Amino acid sequence: MRGNGFWLAAAAFISAAYGLTVFATNDYVFFAGYIILQFMVLATAWNILGGYAGYVNFGTNAFFGLGVYTAVFMAKAFGAPLLLQILVAGLVGAVLGFAVGLLTLRMHGIFFSIATIAMSIIIETFIINWKFVGGASGVQLLRPPPTAPFDSYIRMLFVIAAVMVVLAVAVARYVQNSWIGRGLRAVRDDEIAAECTGVPTLQLKLLACSISGFFLCAMGAPAAMYLQYADPASAFNLNYSVSALAMSLIGGTAHWIGPLLGALLLASTQQLLTVTISSEVNVLVLGLMLVLFVVGAPDGLIGLYRRFFKPKSSDPSGGSSAP
Amino acid sequence: MAFKLTISGASASYGAVRALENVTLNVQQGETVVLLGTNGNGKSTLMKCLMGLVRPTAGTITLEADGVTHDLTKIATEDIVALGVALVPEGRRLFSKLTVEENLMLGAYRKEARPAIARNLAFAYEAFPILAERRTQLAGTMSGGQQQMLAIGRAMMSSPRLLLVDEPSVGLSPLLVSQTITKIGELRQKFGLTVLMAEQNFQQAVRIADRGYIIVHGSIAYEGKSVEDLKTNPLVKQLYLGAVA
Repeated sequence: MRGNGFWLAAAAFISAAYGLTVFATNDYVFFAGYIILQFMVLATAWNILGGYAGYVNFGTNAFFGLGVYTAVFMAKAFGAPLLLQILVAGLVGAVLGFAVGLLTLRMHGIFFSIATIAMSIIIETFIINWKFVGGASGVQLLRPPPTAPFDSYIRMLFVIAAVMVVLAVAVARYVQNSWIGRGLRAVRDDEIAAECTGVPTLQLKLLACSISGFFLCAMGAPAAMYLQYADPASAFNLNYSVSALAMSLIGGTAHWIGPLLGALLLASTQQLLTVTISSEVNVLVLGLMLVLFVVGAPDGLIGLYRRFFKPKSSDPSGGSSAP
Repeated sequence: MAFKLTISGASASYGAVRALENVTLNVQQGETVVLLGTNGNGKSTLMKCLMGLVRPTAGTITLEADGVTHDLTKIATEDIVALGVALVPEGRRLFSKLTVEENLMLGAYRKEARPAIARNLAFAYEAFPILAERRTQLAGTMSGGQQQMLAIGRAMMSSPRLLLVDEPSVGLSPLLVSQTITKIGELRQKFGLTVLMAEQNFQQAVRIADRGYIIVHGSIAYEGKSVEDLKTNPLVKQLYLGAVA
């Protein structure tokens, strides 16, 4: 029942996105909408590792930037079509995720987070020194003509991003409700105890890292064509790391809908502020909202919802149901 | 049906600190063996070695199950669980932010244990009715005694043949210690468990034990063939009753 509801909603979501590309007249909707969808994917993917397993990855920008540059490389070297760029970026991200997963063998908590920051700096430095993809000064990209049935490239990107949101959320939802999610929550709570009860902790962490890495990196690929330009400073911007994390926390990490709502709320607010006030103010707002939520609603929007509409039965992810 | 745990000559250390030195111990099927020792003598390290959480630097740990001998020093923790070994860890180590039922479900994480979840869950709730009452409560919000019940219930969810219990008395009132020990004895009877229990509460531990070992500074100082043996041993008097050797 609930499964069908989810897929109906997903189909409706993609149809609506497509419908918008047919009927909307102003292209700005798609420029702004794409960014919101992009952050939905990033937050959802981040949450699979950071939320479910409790390993706070600060290297979202490494994955994202690597995705951007995988697309640049694929386009320049082979003239690869966009979908192939996305797929390859996803696979590269999964491999990088696997490597990050190996870090969890020795590093936990803050040390893991610091290692992921170091990783993003290393990868960025590598790209800066790679002339083929433009080095530090970046590279200009020419969009190929859009593929039918689309007549505008940005509208096509918008629909692709919508499809990626659905894919990422479907995977996150599956992970959350399966034994994988149950095991990851055990890892988050007490890794030694998880090990003792027979949870294959390393396998699960590697899986979570790879899945998370896949979507973080895949979402970077279309960004190259979205901007028609790629440079290391913006592709590896720390803003991606902070946003993905903040959106998940503000939405709530216990349920897949949390990062989705967090991204919707935060990214829309930021887009609105960028247009109405200035692009600097939106960073301030991000910070303020994070502080507000950490103080007032530490379990995010999901926590707020649970506090006010107490569910009768227990949720698999566990609410705040102290007696 | 043969089932036997053998530790021979096991040593383990944390960096330069020696925690276990040449420990030899065995547990036969159906026995309840108690590992007696005060704090810091290596009881928990031995338990961790059995679960593959700490690897011994020397010696062997083997589990003989149904004619096959498994080297526990070589296989991963989750595979040790799959062989029918379950640990009730020291200090309980519950998943405190998960519900009681989630904790129990996690006890049956191994694929082999999942088909029996419904039955084992019913057993756990029957053995510990308080857990059934509180199934949707977060584990961390329960009292120490209830948490200990949950820790035991969680270990039982994997249908173990060998139950390792590490210091069940930690942080519990004398009455609860007594109840917990009694419960372990009952479960052992009911499920034909083999039990190895590390404990420093001598009087309580010997109530359900068949025999036991005394561990001092990481080495087995005395092997008692029976409870009487242990009760009359001068070492016990020295360690537990304050007699000067």
